[in-house]
Amino acid sequence: MAQENAIELKNVTKRFGEKVLANDNISMTLKKGEILAILGENGSGKTTLMNMLSGIYFPDEGTIIVNGKEALIRSPRDAFDLKIGMIHQHFKLIDIMTAAQNIILGLEGSNRLDMKSVRASIKELTDRYGFDLDPGQKIYTMSVSQKQTVEIIKVLYRGADILILDEPTAVLTPQETEKLFDVLRNMRNAGKSIIIITHKLNEVLEISDRVSVLRKGRYIGTVETRDATAESLTEMMVGEKVTLNIDRTEPVNVRPCLEVKNLNVRSADKTRLVLSDINFTANTGEILGIAGISGNGQKELLEAIVRLQNLESGEILFYPEPGECVSLQNKKSEEVTSLGIRMAFVPEDRLGMGLVGSMDIIDNMMLRSYAEGKSAIFTDRRTPKELAQKVVDKLEVVTPGLGTPVRRLSGGNVQKVLVGREIASAPKVLLVAYPVRGLDINSSYAIYNLLGEQKERGCAVVCVGEDLDVLIDLCDRILVLAGGQISGIVDARTTTKEELGILMTGGKE
Amino acid sequence: MSSSEKRNGRLVIHMVKRDTISRPKEWGIRLIAVALSLVVCAIVIYLITRQNPIEVYSGIINGAIGTSRRTWVTVRESVLLLLIAVGLVPAYRMRFWNIGAEGQILMGGAASAAVMIYLGDKMPAGASLILILVLSMIAGMIWGLIPAIFKARFNTNETLFTLMMNYTAMQLITYFIVYWENPKGSNTVGVINQATKAGWFPKVFGFQYFLNVLIVAVVTVLMTVYMRYTKQGYELAVVGESANTARYAGINVRKVIIRTMMISGAICGLAGAVIVSGASHTISTSTAGGRGFTAIIVAWMSKFNPVTMIIVSVFLVFMQQGSIQIATQFGLNENASDIITGILLFFLIGCEFFVNYSLEIYREGKEG
Repeated sequence: MAQENAIELKNVTKRFGEKVLANDNISMTLKKGEILAILGENGSGKTTLMNMLSGIYFPDEGTIIVNGKEALIRSPRDAFDLKIGMIHQHFKLIDIMTAAQNIILGLEGSNRLDMKSVRASIKELTDRYGFDLDPGQKIYTMSVSQKQTVEIIKVLYRGADILILDEPTAVLTPQETEKLFDVLRNMRNAGKSIIIITHKLNEVLEISDRVSVLRKGRYIGTVETRDATAESLTEMMVGEKVTLNIDRTEPVNVRPCLEVKNLNVRSADKTRLVLSDINFTANTGEILGIAGISGNGQKELLEAIVRLQNLESGEILFYPEPGECVSLQNKKSEEVTSLGIRMAFVPEDRLGMGLVGSMDIIDNMMLRSYAEGKSAIFTDRRTPKELAQKVVDKLEVVTPGLGTPVRRLSGGNVQKVLVGREIASAPKVLLVAYPVRGLDINSSYAIYNLLGEQKERGCAVVCVGEDLDVLIDLCDRILVLAGGQISGIVDARTTTKEELGILMTGGKE
Repeated sequence: MSSSEKRNGRLVIHMVKRDTISRPKEWGIRLIAVALSLVVCAIVIYLITRQNPIEVYSGIINGAIGTSRRTWVTVRESVLLLLIAVGLVPAYRMRFWNIGAEGQILMGGAASAAVMIYLGDKMPAGASLILILVLSMIAGMIWGLIPAIFKARFNTNETLFTLMMNYTAMQLITYFIVYWENPKGSNTVGVINQATKAGWFPKVFGFQYFLNVLIVAVVTVLMTVYMRYTKQGYELAVVGESANTARYAGINVRKVIIRTMMISGAICGLAGAVIVSGASHTISTSTAGGRGFTAIIVAWMSKFNPVTMIIVSVFLVFMQQGSIQIATQFGLNENASDIITGILLFFLIGCEFFVNYSLEIYREGKEG
């Protein structure tokens, strides 16, 4: 008998401890050959629900029906036997192995390892769905998007018919996202059923056939994507009407604050220039956006300014007050910080830099300021504690307490802690990179508003972003990097996405 | 759900990571583990030796704390193990895999032996004691500093480096023994200054090992304060977590690595002085006696908590001392106690799994 539903969830409930009800009586279905988006804010239980399908968690109550048969998924292996494959947000790959080696890792096979036929079947998969992958490439040389491709093929190679992708686009550029979506569409057309967890509305509208919305662990409903709009989905997700506008004020008191002249930076292996001939000025009371395809020198530029990168040549001038001028090129990182130039860099893995995962919020608040304080020997934990409380209150960080290790907070809350700390120092220059990476709507807008506040306060804000729509709405000017060079600086109020797109690929006007 | 499925259902065990666990429950699990391990030990003892396990246990207790002298030896060895573990804490918090405590102890021990041999009779007792403590710390510090410099400068692998430094230290000791051997031709150093007791830790309040306990207590408290409340302690914890984050926060990672290993090495060197000057009054290649490795277990099992470290050190030494007793009393060899210690450790470490995870048992086919 042909079964229409790939997965049916019936009254599934999952609790963590006594207090936390992660999933409350959820019933929903995934049809065969469709792309179902699961939409929800941070902590709405999307990932928990999917982890129960992939065998990481086991439901406290309720049943899971796969292909019409009741299934008991106790482990990832059981999930694979049911042809369910999950692509997690954090990749589980071995860096020093090749793509092909990672793909067959853990699979049983005959005693003789025939890499040639493995490669052939990988090639067959990549061709069928339109992936772009060299099976012989080592993982550590890959970009995030390539690693994700390996994860997807790993699951397909094991014969998965049902794919679950957890926030797959959180780490991708717009171009890479497009490519991923093409592949997903190919897979759907080949009869695979796909669940994509996300909170990006435009992506939901673009890729999915149906949308199921969760809010605070509860199932809110499912709609056909063609009947949905960004507004209607947001309302389902947040529970109230939300205006998605960024309040951009006109810059006031504009004067040069940070000037970069003829900056050149060489890559760590000294083989090439990652930044060449960079010239720009960041002004007070203004948000300067930096756009570009990821890996085109954005990270190096910010790191050069805060002196975490060695400069090949060039000048970086800082004007703390009108008429004063400090050159930063010969300063150490901590001296730059003490001048009031702060960077909040949200790396691809969020925790890698700027925060210490095993430490609590208070200790993380200390990271930039522990060296100050009255005593030369002992740390002062009182001031950071007050600061932590302030950040938690003001940015509505969801945490069991100030003593919780930040690793245990959800991604959005981690970012609020990081950005909150840098803003709390009342910086003169605030450099942020990907501040809303992987954040839900409310948190994202909270961060945009914070940046706006800093601009009104007279801070020179530099924001590296990936969402062009947002950059156009948020910034005053946008600098576009392509191949380590500035391909253009445009007025955000008059530019278009198309213009930025052309600049991003290096085309001069 | 059909009843036939229920009947045929097999038991399914599922592991669930605990979010939180209450204190009493946590310690309850550990207590059950100890109780279970004693039962298993009893069965093993009976099967191997046909001895009454209760008697063997009381033999162990008797060996460890049966007389006041035995108790003091247990205390001496416990605080010594604790001191080394305390020395390892900063290194491991920095994720610097210092397995070179053995070498650092030996070098510290060699420094104290040298002071005792060459200067012991020529200096006032107090001065020679201070010189012993200072020089042994410097010797250990140098032994910790060398791998740290290479790690900081060239990012060499500290595990191999510190391990090799152990062998270097051992060969140096062998070399010194040639000069210091007493009586000549014995190829051992013998008890140094047996008659004059110069450079020996003095009795305080009539207790021979009081000074050992005092030194360790002071160092432990200082280290606890250092790790929890000082800027340097904070810095090394950040470096251990992520060198990138540390650099970003303006921490000089090289400096922290070198400084931390100097402290770690110095404390291990001090442990050498506590052994040579405070206990054995001689030196040989086995002066460290594997304590540098055992202390790693102490530090990690305790998750660097000072109170837990005391408990674990006492426990391990208790078993060691007990083993010597049952070896003679029941004609067993000393390895019998190693078996018991092994079983106890297996249960204690194993029970951490149940502290972190709970098991949920279902019958397959049953709903929920």
